[in-house]
Amino acid sequence: MSPVLAVSFEALRSADFWIGVGVLAGTYAIFTLGLQLNVGFTGIVNFGQAGFMAIGAYAMGILVVRAGWSLWAALPVATAIAMAAGVLIGLPSLRLRADYFAIVTIAFAEIVRYVAQNARGLTGGNQGLLGFDDDWLDVSDTILGWLPASMQDQFLLPLLIVVWIAVALLTGLLALLQRSPWGRVLRAIREDEDAARALGKNVLAYKLQSIALAAALGAIAGYFLALNLSFLSPESFEPQFTFIGFTILILGGLANYVGVALGSLVIWTLLEATRFIDLPLAAEKVAALRFVIVGVALIVLVAFRPQGILGKREEMVLRE
Amino acid sequence: MAGGADTALEPAPREEGPRGAGALLGGLTGAGGRGPLLVTVALVVAAALALTVAYGLHDVAQRGVNGLVSGSYFALGAVGLTLVYGTLRLVNFAHGDLLTFGAYMAFLANVTWGVPVVVATLFAVVVTAALGVLSERVMWRPMRGRGAGLLQLMLMTLGLAFVIRYGIQMVWGTVPRRLDVDVTDSVSFLGLRIGSTELVVVLVGFAVLLAVGAMLRGTSLGRQMRALSDDMALAEVTGIDTDRVIVATWVFAAGLAGLAGVLYTAAIGTMTPNLGFFLLLSLFAAVILGGIGNAFGALAGGLLLGLAQEWSTLLVDPRWKVAVGFAILIVVLIVRPQGLFGRAERTL
Repeated sequence: MSPVLAVSFEALRSADFWIGVGVLAGTYAIFTLGLQLNVGFTGIVNFGQAGFMAIGAYAMGILVVRAGWSLWAALPVATAIAMAAGVLIGLPSLRLRADYFAIVTIAFAEIVRYVAQNARGLTGGNQGLLGFDDDWLDVSDTILGWLPASMQDQFLLPLLIVVWIAVALLTGLLALLQRSPWGRVLRAIREDEDAARALGKNVLAYKLQSIALAAALGAIAGYFLALNLSFLSPESFEPQFTFIGFTILILGGLANYVGVALGSLVIWTLLEATRFIDLPLAAEKVAALRFVIVGVALIVLVAFRPQGILGKREEMVLRE
Repeated sequence: MAGGADTALEPAPREEGPRGAGALLGGLTGAGGRGPLLVTVALVVAAALALTVAYGLHDVAQRGVNGLVSGSYFALGAVGLTLVYGTLRLVNFAHGDLLTFGAYMAFLANVTWGVPVVVATLFAVVVTAALGVLSERVMWRPMRGRGAGLLQLMLMTLGLAFVIRYGIQMVWGTVPRRLDVDVTDSVSFLGLRIGSTELVVVLVGFAVLLAVGAMLRGTSLGRQMRALSDDMALAEVTGIDTDRVIVATWVFAAGLAGLAGVLYTAAIGTMTPNLGFFLLLSLFAAVILGGIGNAFGALAGGLLLGLAQEWSTLLVDPRWKVAVGFAILIVVLIVRPQGLFGRAERTL
């Protein structure tokens, strides 16, 4: 192999690498479960998931750092705030056609990011917000204490364990919900909104519930992101993260909750592995390469395998 | 689409307004009658008067001038976005990145190759137009042939946006780049200051806008483009060569996007790979203000948005002015989704 394209596979054998990938993949699996509920099961094109993630994470951070709450009290309240934001944005705009709704939600997410960037007294602006994770670090140390001595130096390991327990619980919960009468109504709305309405279902109420739940999932992903970074800054909530979520969604397969975790693992392994390709490029250019890969993956997947890896063609194809 | 202007399909235009500025205004009165246009003009005048009373004529006029500068590149970017949407039902999230591409092509020619800025701008317009046509041939036409759905196409435009934006970042990095133009020199008239480059931007922008308006209204190709944007099937049965018009629409949309990118960079002074995405939501706001699919509406929407953003800086801190644009987008979609000049006739 030429020295220009030397790839060091050494890194792929390191535990650090896989723990890092695992935490990110788990975080974005939760994030994308919300998209799956909206896009795959309700037929709502939510392009603002990064905005809900930001609201949850910042609400948590502000309650802890500025108001002095304990982390455990802040989490449910921040989740409720994110859900309220979902209802607030959905209420006037869910009656719009899918493409308009997509534009409204991305504009909403950008407004959230602007507020995070500019309301410096509250959010710390671009300097970021620090110091919300003391309560978590105590728990993290306790979990580390239970682990064998050889693993004690992997300080992200407790987060990895907790995030994947959350992924498993939330995936199971959503799958159960989907089999309930409530879940069947959502699918009916996805297939034919007018028919669902004719059967006396309050379509708007169901869609609002779907958005609110997705917002809650976005917020939960936001907490894991915040705990992973120990630091909140507006850059973590740029719209491209919503579209990484969509790439995960399509890769895993629409209308399939288990596929989300798989898609997330594949995408984040791919994205993080680009760090180890020894290109003669500056860091910002390698970072750019990762997003070029996401873009190409999105185009190719959507064009040639719109049902994803685990999606069933007869269940849901990416057409209206 | 709701916001359709009058089309070539009518036996005779109701009123064939004069060319130039008249063509722009004439186009806006086509669909919804004069009512919405008059209301809009009245609102803008009322806002200007109210702000003048509160903050004095000089501030309002100065920011109005700034608003016309940004309005000119908003309008040029928005008209292509709206035509592509109207013609192909393609919500093109990569449109902003066509602006970025134009700016960097101008940088390549102007700074790397040392070509004069005027020639570099023409080069940027041509290459960006070619990229638009390429995307049509490689991606959008085959996908239409397969009957791709709305979400499928939207996600593909997002993928393309990533490829263009981060492809540029891989080549040129995130360091702000400059064109070889003087952004420090300025001229004054009537006590108002405008950068001399900004003055050129606004003059070029308006000249092209008027030419675009005249072309859309007066030429056969322009009428065919608007006809397709209004109703593709109807346009097809009237014997319009839709394939040719679609390619022309891409040349037009992407070329103007490239020009808007160069003008933006000239006015602001620097370019980064994010500039187009940063502008995209403002372009959507302009498109939706004018009624999505309505080319004249997008031109007017762009100018209105520029004025609204700059005037908003009298009321709130300037760092919020972009968010003001997004808020306008959301409010218009919720209150009047057919746009300022459209009729609420078809379901949204």
